[in-house]
Amino acid sequence: MDMQNLLHMANKIGSFFASMPDHEEALQGISGHIHSFWAPRMRSQLLAHVDTRNGEGLTPIVLEAILANRDSLKPQSELK
Amino acid sequence: MHKSLNEQDVGTPRSSAVQQVTLEIDGMPVSVAAGTSIMRAAAINGVNVPKLCATDSLEPFGSCRLCLVEIEGRRGFPASCTTPVESGMKVRTQTPKLQSLRKGVMELYISDHPLDCLTCAANGDCELQDMAGVTGLREVRYGYEGKNHLSDKKDESNPYFTYDPSKCIVCNRCVRACEEIQGTFALTITGRGFASRVTAGVDQSFMESDCVSCGACVQACPTATLQEKTVIAIGQAEHGVVTTCAYCGVGCAFKAEMKGTEVVRMVPYKDGQANEGHSCVKGRFAWGYATHQDRITKPMIRSKITDPWREVSWDEALDYAASEFKRIQLKHGRDSIGGIVSSRCTNEEGYLVQKLVRAAFGNNNVDTCARVCHSPTGYGLKQTLGESAGTQTFKSVEHSDVILVIGANPTDAHPVFASRMKKRLREGAKLIVIDPRKIELVSSPHIRAAFHLPLKPGTNVAILSSLAHVIVTEDLLNKDFIAERCEDKAFTEWRDFVSQPENSPEAMQQVTGVAAELVRGAARLYATGGNAAIYYGLGVTEHAQGSTAVMGIANLAMATGNIGREGVGVNPLRGQNNVQGSCDIGSFPHELPGYRHVSDSTTRHLFEAAWGVTIQPEPGLRIPNMFDAALDGSFKGLYCQGEDIVQSDPNTQHVTAALSAMECIVVQDIFLNETAMYAHVFLPGSSFLEKDGTFTNAERRISRVRKVMPPKAMLADWEVTVQLSERLGYPMNYSHPSEIMAEIASLTPTFSGVSYAKLDQLGSIQWPCNENAPEGTPIMHVDRFVRGKGRFIITQYIATDEKVTKKFPLILTTGRILSQYNVGAQTRRTGNIQWHEEDLLEIHPHDAEDRGIVDGGWVEIQSRSGTTVLRASVSQRMQPGVVYTTFHFPESGANVITTDNADWATNCPEYKVTAVQIKPVAEPSQWQKGYTRFAKAQQDLLNQAQNG
Ligand code: SF4
Ligand code: SF4
Ligand code: SF4
Ligand code: FES
Repeated sequence: MDMQNLLHMANKIGSFFASMPDHEEALQGISGHIHSFWAPRMRSQLLAHVDTRNGEGLTPIVLEAILANRDSLKPQSELK
Repeated sequence: MHKSLNEQDVGTPRSSAVQQVTLEIDGMPVSVAAGTSIMRAAAINGVNVPKLCATDSLEPFGSCRLCLVEIEGRRGFPASCTTPVESGMKVRTQTPKLQSLRKGVMELYISDHPLDCLTCAANGDCELQDMAGVTGLREVRYGYEGKNHLSDKKDESNPYFTYDPSKCIVCNRCVRACEEIQGTFALTITGRGFASRVTAGVDQSFMESDCVSCGACVQACPTATLQEKTVIAIGQAEHGVVTTCAYCGVGCAFKAEMKGTEVVRMVPYKDGQANEGHSCVKGRFAWGYATHQDRITKPMIRSKITDPWREVSWDEALDYAASEFKRIQLKHGRDSIGGIVSSRCTNEEGYLVQKLVRAAFGNNNVDTCARVCHSPTGYGLKQTLGESAGTQTFKSVEHSDVILVIGANPTDAHPVFASRMKKRLREGAKLIVIDPRKIELVSSPHIRAAFHLPLKPGTNVAILSSLAHVIVTEDLLNKDFIAERCEDKAFTEWRDFVSQPENSPEAMQQVTGVAAELVRGAARLYATGGNAAIYYGLGVTEHAQGSTAVMGIANLAMATGNIGREGVGVNPLRGQNNVQGSCDIGSFPHELPGYRHVSDSTTRHLFEAAWGVTIQPEPGLRIPNMFDAALDGSFKGLYCQGEDIVQSDPNTQHVTAALSAMECIVVQDIFLNETAMYAHVFLPGSSFLEKDGTFTNAERRISRVRKVMPPKAMLADWEVTVQLSERLGYPMNYSHPSEIMAEIASLTPTFSGVSYAKLDQLGSIQWPCNENAPEGTPIMHVDRFVRGKGRFIITQYIATDEKVTKKFPLILTTGRILSQYNVGAQTRRTGNIQWHEEDLLEIHPHDAEDRGIVDGGWVEIQSRSGTTVLRASVSQRMQPGVVYTTFHFPESGANVITTDNADWATNCPEYKVTAVQIKPVAEPSQWQKGYTRFAKAQQDLLNQAQNG
């Protein structure tokens, strides 16, 4: 799917949670939201982008959240 | 469930007093609530006092003098409609003296009345006729030759009812109905004595006046003076069936009055708990689309969208659809297809579509059009309060002291609730309106908003945070409520956040454009004015920060303790009839029925056991994701029931490109809608009159939809889904929608007490309905929040990406009007077209003048997404810099201009903010020309099928 759009969506999620004073909670919030609402193909594509392009285009807090909770974002079909 | 046509009219409204009074009527002891009229006390005990000017939907007026009674120990003959009961009273309703007085009154009426009873449209449904009978009138001593009104001209301007002054008895019921029930004040009695007549507006016709065609006056009129044209055309009905309006989220109950399988009229149902006997022009009159000649009643298929349609049997169409879906899944994988179900469909239909997607398609790619309207409500209220629903009943507004309306225009979009709200405002409740436009509520007859905050579109969150700032920093918090009911840590963080100087009204003034003093005043009123209730609509949700704003609203209610009792709360005004229901029954891609996430294995196992399949534990695609996936080639097939995504979703060209990239689109609808022009299979749908089911309105009220005629295409929508599922190898066994509801109830704790039998018994039920609340739950979060403790959430204002620039200097916002509904597929095919025959661009005189735009002239509207052309309406309702349009006509292309921007949490599109430029032009846009060609070609392909 359109990568720019996915990055844009992820960043907007990030900017909502970024205002939380508790940083850990913000990171959990971001990855939790993506986990709960994004279809697996969108999450795989996002993770692939993080791996291959170092998450270029993602805001720092979103990248941090994804890296911190990477496994939880993997589609279950890819978890063995 | 057939109902008698004439329900009892007990003459005056119910008294709300608890205290009982005992008296004697015609020698019979009766006990009634204090404040009840003698007329009502008699009627509910089976004694009918004659009456003409009284009816139980209106306050008594005491003008006709037909209801006179005798009271022991009192002189004269008091009117029973205006005299309240007193303890120990002894009343006589029938004596020779009373009989003779009443006869005298009737004689006067009848001497000025045409005696064409046999050919009158109201014959059999006329209170004047009845009263002539009751009073024993046999002759008219004055003769019929005196002065009369028999030659007065009829007013037939309204498309749905006529006004025949010759039949008017000047009982004033219509005038009072327009004032007390509807709140429009369109009618007056002009002239005195014999010359007095009912007049619409300032001596205007009904159409020219302020009349909004709600029908309340027609309903109240005891004679044929105000009469539905359908009754004039086809005569009185012979049976009635109670059902629910299929238009907006108010969910009004109606009695469909029938002659066999033909609707004669739709009459608002007095016992309907959502509407209490009131209606608006759509539900009351605009039902003719259901039998419109454009209805498609034969299944059709084609292999390419450039091919002519081919009418086929149900079997062939369903076989073809199923084989295409199977072929696509084989080739492109299980997740390459999905379904969309409209929130116009019933709960049972929605449930079946999501079941078909999860069980027969084997994925979670199902979504509903609530995605594009109120998905932020579901998300925001769940996060803060713990349940994705409004907290109140509509009736609760009767106990409100302060009403805050934000991003909603109830008089147009939720008219019947607006009437109830206006009644409370006329009684003295204070009103705060937060809206870029000066909506009707801000100043309407006998109503003035205490505060109107005309904010810039897209700045709701800024306003909400600064309201909160005032409440916190001026020490207006309800600290006891917060300490007892809310999470401590979250509250402290929120309090610190909103207290920051950058959230003050003074600092935010730059962003919102609203004077700080107005914000301060509104905050103080909301926090200290008594019971305060918030009502909001799509002007809150359809923004880049839609979900954040919903949370901001919940924060305000928690901060002031305005939640958990009558008169307060957080009230989303839902757009379409079944937005609440479609969300409740699992049509979102991430949730099973009852808002339970698909990753929750306990819930999943429950459904897996019941359905005998494995359910995917990961969320599916949302509607906009489906389009993106279609464009990248991973989404190829769609089952779309009742929803016109091409017209209603934003950025039309993006949507049509996505649909054009797919291999099989199956559309199930009553008309060949815009989406069907891109479809390969067309399955004819059934209207709300042709099927059984339930709708759930904005107050969580589940009401029955009842079949009054057979489906025009033989199958009801739920049967079509069942048959499609069977062909996909997943048989579903239901013989009636009641069995579908039974299954929902057995699998969903908030619905476990719901059944058709109970709905028949109670009329309607507000969920949750279960062993803890066997008759449902009118008010939520009473002693504790559904999630336990309420959770405050920080609402940082973030400006939308849709910035105004030199190139796009104006903000376009979109909305709806009273007479049309959504994409207009229904209302455009009714007489409502007389009020709104095209979408217009409203623009402030300054902006118009700057650009050389004149009222009625053609203007081009260009955004980053596209360009369209509409006619301009120069209007002071707009603020400078903001323009407005509706989206009821496909050729307007309002969504050609709207963009892909969306709410961060739910992808709900930002319909309310699009940066545009406007200029005068002479011809339609390129898109419109292309659209006209395409629509014409598609119509030809349809005609070939129908004529071939
Ligand atoms: S139809 Fe409604 S608005 Fe119009 S005059 Fe009658 S009561 Fe008033
Ligand atoms: S129009 Fe009907 S309701 Fe109105 S005053 Fe005349 S008779 Fe009464
Ligand atoms: S207010 Fe809504 S539900 Fe009621 S009649 Fe009008 S459109 Fe129908
Ligand atoms: S019904 Fe009481 S005065 Fe008319």
